[in-house]
Amino acid sequence: MFHPITTVHYLVLSAALLAVGTIGVLARRNIIIILMSIELILNAVNINLVAFSQYFRQVSGQIFAIFVITVAVAEAAVGLGILIALFRNKETVQADEVNLLKW
Amino acid sequence: MTETIFFYAFALLTLGGGVLTITRRNAVHSAIALIVSLSGVAGLYLLQHAEFLFAVQIILYVGGVMLLFLFVIMLVNLDEAARDRQFNKQWWLALACVAVVGAEIVYFLRKGAAAFQLAQPSAEQMTQGNTERLADVLFSQYLVPFEVASILLLVAIIGSVIMGKKRV
Repeated sequence: MFHPITTVHYLVLSAALLAVGTIGVLARRNIIIILMSIELILNAVNINLVAFSQYFRQVSGQIFAIFVITVAVAEAAVGLGILIALFRNKETVQADEVNLLKW
Repeated sequence: MTETIFFYAFALLTLGGGVLTITRRNAVHSAIALIVSLSGVAGLYLLQHAEFLFAVQIILYVGGVMLLFLFVIMLVNLDEAARDRQFNKQWWLALACVAVVGAEIVYFLRKGAAAFQLAQPSAEQMTQGNTERLADVLFSQYLVPFEVASILLLVAIIGSVIMGKKRV
């Protein structure tokens, strides 16, 4: 069990976190949980970026992780604003009950 | 040895928190599990000598974004949603996506995983701190993306204020 930790460990962990987030986005109905799962996915991406930044001994990956965090924060703010507007109009937070544009 | 133990501890926090986040019925419990998961990710940054990102993760995610989530959970009435069915009928699509990612990782582990080793921090990395190196690169090479990010944040502020107004 006590092998030295390599970049591969971080990549596998990142893939697992990405899978968990994907299940959350696709299978949950509550929009708040869906937004939280998107945060999980973006964090998986950040783990990957930092692992490769460490592997190549460059800080560019960490810079990119900072930009990903910026976009994630903007996305959370706008998404939660949309959620509040949606709840005010339709009185629901379930994603599949908002089906006006559905075929 | 110590690093191995810490890696597995933080990985357990991250994945356990993530799984709890997507399975809890109560949204507040999900938010608390997500805080645990994000703290685990912060610990992983610290293990990889990314100290600035560690601080950013704690301050911005655990301090800022999760506060926003908790406020919205309080503003929106979730009692009815908690009693309702939690998962929709797209679980097969989710399983297909997970299968694709899993197949990709298995292929990667069989083909080229042995080529990767975690780089030890070199000497110049030790003399100059992580934050200093990040600032050097961010404010010279990545100055234009940095300024564009500020415009993005401005747009996000205006958008969320307009979305949150009484009359849209």
